[in-house]
Formats: sequence, C-alpha cells, structure tokens
Amino acid sequence: MNTSLETSTKTLSAKEPSWLAERRSAGLDQFKNLAMPTARAEEWRFASVGKLSIDNFNPVAAPSSATLDALTERSNLVSDRAGLMVYVDDAPANFECIGRELAKQGVIYLPISEAVEQHPELMEKYFLQESTELGSQKFFGLHAATVKAGAVLYVPKGVEIEKPFVNYYWTSGSRAAVFPHTLIIAEDNSKASVVDIFFSETEENEALNISVSNIHAGANAQVFRKVVQDWNEKTVSFQLDTTVADRDAQVKNVAVNIGAQRARFENQTRIEGAGADVKMYSLTVAEGAQEFDQRTFQTHNAPNAVSDLLYKNALLDKSRTIFSGLIKVAEGSQQTDAYQTNRNLLLDPSADANALPGLEILANDVRCSHGATTGNVDKEELFYMMQRGIPQRVAMQLMVFGFFEEVIEKIDSEELVENLRQLIHQKFSSKIS
Amino acid sequence: MNHSLEVRNLHVSIDGQAILKGFNLTVPKGEVHALMGPNGTGKSTLAKVMAGHEDYTVESGEVLLNGVNILGQEPDEISHAGLFLAFQYPMEIPGVSIANFIRAAKQARLPEGEEINAIEYYKDLYAKMDALKMDRKFTARSLNEGFSGGEKKRCEILQMAMLDPKYCVMDETDSGLDIDALRIVSEGVNHMRSENRAFLVITHYQRLLDYIVPDVVHVMFDGRIVHSGDKELAKELESKGYDWVKEAFATASA
Ligand SMILES: Nc1ncnc2c1ncn2[C@@H]1O[C@H](COP(=O)(O)OP(=O)(O)OP(=O)(O)O)[C@@H](O)[C@H]1O
Ligand SMILES: [Mg+2]
Repeated sequence: MNTSLETSTKTLSAKEPSWLAERRSAGLDQFKNLAMPTARAEEWRFASVGKLSIDNFNPVAAPSSATLDALTERSNLVSDRAGLMVYVDDAPANFECIGRELAKQGVIYLPISEAVEQHPELMEKYFLQESTELGSQKFFGLHAATVKAGAVLYVPKGVEIEKPFVNYYWTSGSRAAVFPHTLIIAEDNSKASVVDIFFSETEENEALNISVSNIHAGANAQVFRKVVQDWNEKTVSFQLDTTVADRDAQVKNVAVNIGAQRARFENQTRIEGAGADVKMYSLTVAEGAQEFDQRTFQTHNAPNAVSDLLYKNALLDKSRTIFSGLIKVAEGSQQTDAYQTNRNLLLDPSADANALPGLEILANDVRCSHGATTGNVDKEELFYMMQRGIPQRVAMQLMVFGFFEEVIEKIDSEELVENLRQLIHQKFSSKIS
Repeated sequence: MNHSLEVRNLHVSIDGQAILKGFNLTVPKGEVHALMGPNGTGKSTLAKVMAGHEDYTVESGEVLLNGVNILGQEPDEISHAGLFLAFQYPMEIPGVSIANFIRAAKQARLPEGEEINAIEYYKDLYAKMDALKMDRKFTARSLNEGFSGGEKKRCEILQMAMLDPKYCVMDETDSGLDIDALRIVSEGVNHMRSENRAFLVITHYQRLLDYIVPDVVHVMFDGRIVHSGDKELAKELESKGYDWVKEAFATASA
C-alpha cells in the first residue's frame, strides 16, 4: 500500500468530527506499526502468508455512471427488501432508503458518511469500536483509516422489521482496494435482517477487500445476517466481522463463500448478556488454487447462553481451507452451551483441509463440544448414483448440495437460496469433470 | 438385433482372488430368470461387474446388452444402455431427496438443453409410490437415510419403475421385506414384466418366486452356474438345501 492511501485518509479526516479523525489516525498507526503476518504466528498457521500481498492496490476513482448503472442492474439477488445500498469500488451507485413508516419509528438506514453527519452520538458510540483480535489487526487499522463506504442500520427498541436490508459491495476498477463496512445496531426487543453481498464486475478485475461488519444485538433483539462472498478469483479478501450479543439476544449469521483467490475470515462472537443465543453457519466451495482461511472466536462472558458454530467446506482441485476456532467460556458463565463444528468434504485427493478447533473453559457447569472431520467422496455412493445414470460430475454436485443442505436450509429465503444454488452450480459446471 | 442380456465365459477377480470362474448366462427379453446359490458364490459380484463397478478385475469374458459388450463402460453409460441394478445393500445419500435424485437420473437421460416436465414428473412419481404403498412424504426425505431395510428395498423398486430399464437385475430385493411388502413389491415387478424387458432375480428364497414366477431358475456355485431348470428347481432347493448341489457338482469343478 503506498502514499495515495494516506492522502485519501487526510482528505477524509478534514471534514470529519474529531473522534473519527482520531480513530482514523490510530488505525493508520496500527497499520504502519504492525508487521505483515508471518507463517510462524499461531494466528496464521497453515495460511500461505508468503503469497499474501496487498501491495499496489489502491482506492480508485468512482467508476463511470454507466458502470454504476449496470452493476445496480445486476444487484438482484433479493427483490423483497426494506432497503438497498449498492457500492462500486466504494463509490455509491444506488440507495433505496427506508419507507416513511420505518423512518417515523426511528429506524436509521444510511450510508456511513451521512450517518456520521446526522447521528454523530450514535456513530461515536458504535463506529469502529470493535476490532478483530484474531491476527488481522494490521488490516483492521487500514480499514479504520480508510473506510468511507458502507451501511449503517439502527433499529430502535421494540421495532420489528421482517424484510431484509440488502447491501452490495462491488469491485470494478483496476487493482482497486475497497473497505466496505456494515454496522448493525439492534436495540432491545427489535428485529432486523441484513444481506451483505460481495461481487466483482468481471472475472478479471484484480482487487483487495478489507471489509468490517459489526453487529450489536440488544436485549432480546433478533438479528439475522446473511453474507454472500462471490468475488472473482483475482481478489484478495479480508472479512473482519464481530457480533456482540446482549441478554436473550438471538443472532444468526449465515455465510456463503464461493469466491476470491485468498479469503481470510475473522469472526468474533462475544456474548455479554445471559440467555443470548448466537448461531454461526458457513458454507464454502473451494476450487482451483483458492484458499479460504477461517478464524473464529466464541466468547461467553455471561451465563445460560448458547453459541453454535457450523462451518462446512467442500474442496475441489488443489484448493485449501483452514479452520481455526476457539471457544472461551469466562469464569462465572455457568450453564453455557457452546458448540463448534467444522466439516470438510474433499472432492479431489490433492485438496487440503486443515482444522484447529480449540476450547478454553474457566467455568465448571458448561456443555461444550468442538470437532472437525474431513472426509472424501464415498466411492460406493458415487457408484450407486452413477448406476442410476447420473454422470459423475452431476453426482458430485448432488453430494455437495446434500452436504451443504443443513446450512442452506437455514437461509430461510427461497429466492436467495435459489440464486445461491445457481451461483454454486455455475462454479461447478465448468470445474468437475 | 439380439434382444437379450448375455454373459459369456466371464472370469472376474478381486485382489488376485478369482470370484467368477467362467460364468455363462442368457436372459432374453420377455423372460424372468432366477439366480440362486449359497452365500459368497459371487452373485452380487456378477451384478456389480455388469453395472460397471471399478473394484473388480475382469480377466476375460463379455457382458452383452442387445449384443453390445458393456464391460469397460462407465456405470452411467451402462445405465443409459438399459441396465438397472436393484442393490442388495442400497447406499444412503445424505441431503439428497428421493425426488431430486430420481429427477437427476431422468434428467440425465434427456438430450442436452431439454428440461424435465416437473408436473408430469411428480404425477408419475406419486402414482408409482402409491402403487408401492409408499408414503408420499418420502419424496422429501434424504435418499435411504434412516430408512428401514424394507423401505430401502421398496425405494429401489420405485427407482426401477421410474427409470424404465430394459434389463433389471434385482439383488436380494426380497430380503428385509415383510410379508405384505413382498406381495406389493412383487406386484410392482409383475406389472413391469413385458416382452420388452428381461429380469434377473437374485434370491435365496423360493417364496419370492411364488409371486414372481420365473421362466428359468439357475443354481450358482463357486463362481459359475452349475445347474438350470424350471420353477420346480427352486422348490427342490428349498427342500433339499445346497448340499445336494455341492455334492453333485463340486467334483465336476475340481
Ligand atoms: N470388494 C471385495 N473385496 C474383497 N472380497 C470381495 C469383495 N467383493 C466380494 N468379495 C468376495 O467375493 C465373494 C463373493 O461375494 P458376493 O458378494 O458376490 O457373494 P454373494 O453370492 O452375493 O453372497 P450373498 O448370498 O451372501 O449375498 C465373497 O467371498 C466375498 O467375500
Ligand atoms: Mg450378494
């Protein structure tokens, strides 16, 4: 990353409140002072950090209005929604704001810059306050210094919204660096759902993504976030996500990971209130030379809560996945139910799945389980399916969808599920032979 | 064209151990042949080799469908050529529903670009499930997963009926079926009997052959057919057991 980044940081902070300028400059320091990850660090174990280069990616100028319109047109995975934001290379392309009803109830759905202007106290309280602790602190620093694109959703106490808010983050320009940000604040007894979608304009445009998402779920709030990551395979991606759940909050995260050349995920869930229930589901289709590197951390700082993680990866070709998860149950967090499961299905003997599940339990009355399994396609199952006349490549695809079914069924939206099946199908049709 | 399933002098081994040792059989379309024989004589091996299982080594011989050798073809090609195998031990396929599975199998038989008609497909599927007295709710369940032994066998026959094969090999379909299910499944099979279709029914029990009356009964022993007869042969085996066959033919093969 070179000087133009710092220049863009300066122009950003000139117009911004001092608290934000301070966070940005702290972020920039963090980015400059921390070293690039090395393979020796436990947080980067198994990752091919040698190939991890963020050099020569830069924020780019806003694309032409023709490009913005074309990509807005293609932002069509979810048609029934409460609001929509489309960004291309961090430039706003489209914004469907909320209806009058929701506005009257005090709901806020705004681009970050407008939220900072119009709701400074709210943003000061929540924006850029949750950093990752799982290895990508340097990149979080860069995000904080640079972020300008993203969606803020604030749902006041007791307001329930059924339809999702849908945010698209596209890349388009040559070697573009993007820093998308989704901030969700659901106050007590509220209900909201968000879909974040990461797409590339073409198969060829190289890009760097460092995105952050923070969920704050108040007491008894219900939050459902779905993430579709289908960057092209010329993209290096970091997704640094956190969830903080208060008393009796119910949060569900479902991630579908298809794209990128290297995709690093850091997902932290912190339970701060008794009785909270957080679910984390993920499915990944890895092919070619792709690498998906998933690091998760479930922290229970309150009793009687549930956190349940299920990450499923299907690997083709020479692709790689890394799953490293930690559950930490703090002293006093009795009656915790914490689960962590990673399942890998190898469709090719040269694919490589790594798993590092971990537990750290300081309370005595808990139910915790963690486990990882890696299996190959069952030859007898394949023979059975082919005996019915199903070609091998179709049989494997059926098996993969079968393997994913328990995650797919959590998505809870027929239209989105159908669109995701299509995306996965496209990825397959050319690749398995 | 020669309308038959024909096995010629088939020698098959696995891990260097010979299992089929000069197996010969011809089942013309329109006929039902029963294949009986003691455990471990190679009946299921024969069925799987015919279906293109890659674990077995074919040392010599041929398997002809309509006069064309299918050995060496991929299992899906053999299926498309008209051979269906109802498995002795059907596989469980988690997450793949019966409806989607059979649909994929039918879709694979259509020319590129042509889509299956979903309405007609379900009509056909439900009619056949009703005939086999299968609960329609089964369509949404994962294929064979958690099915009882009898349910799995019924599901095999459902697939056979849906895919309309010309050569049906049924490997111990009767084992695991209760008395009522045996009758229902047999009716399903009898319904499919026609001039255009041949059946090879592998079984240990005469009772099945009371329902599905065979034209020919073969006795297999140590990797080949040692004796053939009409349906009375099955009754004879039932009363005398296999020792009789072993005594009569073991010496001949030694
Ligand atoms: N994959 C395999 N690996 C090793 N041995 C095998 C394999 N398949 C079959 N065999 C052996 O080949 C022989 C014939 O087995 P097969 O299953 O064909 O017998 P069968 O006649 O179908 O018996 P049953 O009546 O018990 O079903 C047995 O000795 C069996 O152990
Ligand atoms: Mg057998």
